[in-house]
Amino acid sequence: MITPKIGIVSCSGECCVEGTISRIATRVVLERLRPHDAVTICLPLFSIGEKGERMFAKNFPTIAIDGCEKRCAKNAIEKYSGKTACSIVVSELLKKWAIKKKSPRRELNKEGLEVATKVADEIDTAMDTLYAGGK
Amino acid sequence: MSDPILIVPCSGIGKSFGTISRDATYCVVEELRKGETDTLCLSLLVMGDEDARRLVKSHRCIAVDSCPNECAKKNLVLSDAKLIANFRVVDILRDNRGLKPNDVTFLDEDGRKLSKILAEKIATKVDESNNKGVIS
Repeated sequence: MITPKIGIVSCSGECCVEGTISRIATRVVLERLRPHDAVTICLPLFSIGEKGERMFAKNFPTIAIDGCEKRCAKNAIEKYSGKTACSIVVSELLKKWAIKKKSPRRELNKEGLEVATKVADEIDTAMDTLYAGGK
Repeated sequence: MSDPILIVPCSGIGKSFGTISRDATYCVVEELRKGETDTLCLSLLVMGDEDARRLVKSHRCIAVDSCPNECAKKNLVLSDAKLIANFRVVDILRDNRGLKPNDVTFLDEDGRKLSKILAEKIATKVDESNNKGVIS
């Protein structure tokens, strides 16, 4: 059975480790968990008018992965394309999981990688939910 | 010391080039020119965040793009930033054809080499802007 692709849009988040976690989690989904179902879209390409990126997000479901509560990825998709199917905010998950120890933003340490894997699992579950709902 | 120069990398995660642009930026900001430079989330500029726009208008900025789309440079220009230089990973790759970076999530050896070359070029530009001449 052919399933429609789901777009994962990660915040760039160069300022903080939550941004690095959102990017690594997205890559884990793309490479390991859902290589045939997930694609990624460059967030800044939306703003410079890249038609392919905007059209994809208009026609296919998207999941926004944001590092912080500013939710740039979610807001960018909804500004330039359409409503997101799901929104995940890493800083909120860290709070929920009571994770206080921060990893370096340049290269995640062991704990940071474990957190990124957990975030990837959340994305995986969100994709299951979307497919189950017929999105 | 003068205000820090803001290094704004591309945020692409589809290819290794975006990872190289970010790694080179972190290398400059956290090691080579620590204290003289800082970085900023490109996505904040994309969304027109007022604080981010104020920062790039009042500080010198360097765009570090991965591909010819030049999202970092274009978003800085759209935000009326004080852009003093821009780099592209594709250009660094063209000058170093023997290097073939592949891995995206975690840079491989060639990706790290390209990142180092790029970081040194950015650091040199920082020195030029701070009137310190060329220091490697």
